Amino acid sequence: MADIWLGLSQAFWLVITFDAELMEITLRSLMVSLSALVIASAIALPLAALLAVRRFRWRRWVIAILNALMGLPPVVVGLIVYVVLSRSGPLGVLGLLFTPTAMVIAQVIIIVPLIASVAHQALRDLWSEYHDLLISMHVTQGQKVATLLWDARRALLTASLAGFGRAIGEVGAIMIVGGNIDNVTRVLTTAIALETGKGEFALALGLGFVLIGLAIAVNLSIHALSRTEVEARW
Amino acid sequence: MKRFVLTLATLAMTATASAADTMKMAVTTSFHNSGLSEILLPAIEQDLGLEVQLLVVGTGQALQLGRSGDVDAILVHSRSAEEAFVAEGAGTHRREIMYNDFVVIGPSEDPADVASAETVLDALQSIAASEARFVSRGDDSGTHKKELSLWAAASQTPEGAWYNAVGAGMGAALNTASGLNAYILSDRASWLNFGNKGDLALLFSGDPVLFNQYAFLPVNPEVHAHVANGLAQKLEGWLVSDRAADLINGYRLGGEQLFVFNATPDASPQG
Repeated sequence: MADIWLGLSQAFWLVITFDAELMEITLRSLMVSLSALVIASAIALPLAALLAVRRFRWRRWVIAILNALMGLPPVVVGLIVYVVLSRSGPLGVLGLLFTPTAMVIAQVIIIVPLIASVAHQALRDLWSEYHDLLISMHVTQGQKVATLLWDARRALLTASLAGFGRAIGEVGAIMIVGGNIDNVTRVLTTAIALETGKGEFALALGLGFVLIGLAIAVNLSIHALSRTEVEARW
Repeated sequence: MKRFVLTLATLAMTATASAADTMKMAVTTSFHNSGLSEILLPAIEQDLGLEVQLLVVGTGQALQLGRSGDVDAILVHSRSAEEAFVAEGAGTHRREIMYNDFVVIGPSEDPADVASAETVLDALQSIAASEARFVSRGDDSGTHKKELSLWAAASQTPEGAWYNAVGAGMGAALNTASGLNAYILSDRASWLNFGNKGDLALLFSGDPVLFNQYAFLPVNPEVHAHVANGLAQKLEGWLVSDRAADLINGYRLGGEQLFVFNATPDASPQG
C-alpha cells in the first residue's frame, strides 16, 4: 500500500518538474499510439461501413473473424510482426525492426479488429434505420458509406477511442518489435515493465499513473475537439 | 492541433537522426541492470561518436537476434552458447571483455544453511536436500544456463514443488523470489541494484566456479551483409582499451567493485 502513495508522489514530481526523460517517452507513446489510431481508423471504419451496407458471400465469415480477432493476444502479434520484419524475414530489407514504425504496425494490427467490430455494430443498427430511405433515393454505394460514417460519428469515436486505449496500454507486442531501446523505442508501458523488473515499484507505479492520466487527457481533448456531449444528439 | 502534430513530427525526426553513427547491440539483462551501460555508453559516444542502441534481452534471445542479423553485435555471458554461435558462422569471433560473479540469494533466516557452505555445490545440495523454495530464471538466459550447469555438477535434478522456474528476466525473477522468500542464483550487479529486496539477503559468494565471463561477438557480415561490422570492430577496439578498463574496474555500486576487466590487448580471436 505504501508503494501506491510513493508511486503517486513520484508521478506528481515527475510531472510538475517536466522531467525530460518522462516527457520524451510520453511523447513517443502518444506519437506511436496516435499514429496507430489514425491508420487503424482509416482502415477499420470504411471496412465496418462496407460490411454493413454490402451483402457478399463471405460477409458472415469476415464479421465472425473480426470479432474473434478482437481478443488477439498482443504477444502473438508482436512475434508475427517480428518474424516478418526481421532481417531474415520477408520484409527484412526495409530495416524497420526496432523502430517506432514497427511498433505502429503491430498496434494497427491489434486494434483494427477491435475498432472495426465495435464500429460495425453501431453502423448496422443505423443502417437498418436508414436502409429504406437511402435505397429510395438511389444513392451510390460510396454515398451510403459516407452518410453512415458521418451520421454515426459519435459511436465511431467511441470505437476509435477503445482502440486507442488498447494501443497505448499495450506492452507485449511493442516490447518484441520495438525492443525497448532507450531514446529510440522506449515508451511508457515498456518503461514500466523495465522499472518493475528492476524492483523500482514506486517509479513504475508513477509512470503508470502518468499513463492513466495521459489516456484520460487524450479522451477528453478528442471529445472537446469533436464537440460531443454538447449538442443535442450527435 | 496542426502545430501539435508538427511538434510531434519534428521530435520524431530529431530522435532518430541525432548521432552520425548508430549500431545495435543485444546485451543481457544482467549487464544492463548493473548500471554499467549508463557509464560506458556516454563515454563511447564521446570518444567514437558512436551511438550504441541496446536491446536488453536474455542471452538466448540475444544470440537469436544475432543469428537473424537484427543486431550488429552481442555482449553476453554463456561461453558454450557463444562458442556454438561462432562455430556455426553467425559471429566472426568471440572476444572476452570482463567478468563479474554470481551470488546465492535467499531468505535471511537461511533455512537451508547456505551461508556456512564451503562451495556453491554444497550450498545447492543443502537447498535441494531441505527442499527450500528456489526460484529459477527458466528463460534459457546465461544465468539460467549457469544455474543448470551448477545443479548438474552438484548431481541434483531440480524438480518438485520447491523448484519454481519463472521464465523471466533477472529483475522479475528476483521479484518472485522476494515474494516467495525463496533462494535464487543472481549476478551480483542485478542484486545490488535491485530495489525490492524484502527479507532476502546475500548468503553465499566467492566460489571461483561462480565467475561470469562476458564476451563481445560481432555478427558475421558474410551472413548478413547489412550489419555494421566496421562499427562493431570500432566498438570492440574501444571495449578492450585502457579507457574501458579504467571505467569498468572503477565502477562501484554500494562501495563494491562489480566487474573485473580481463580483455587481452592483442586482437587474436579467442574461443
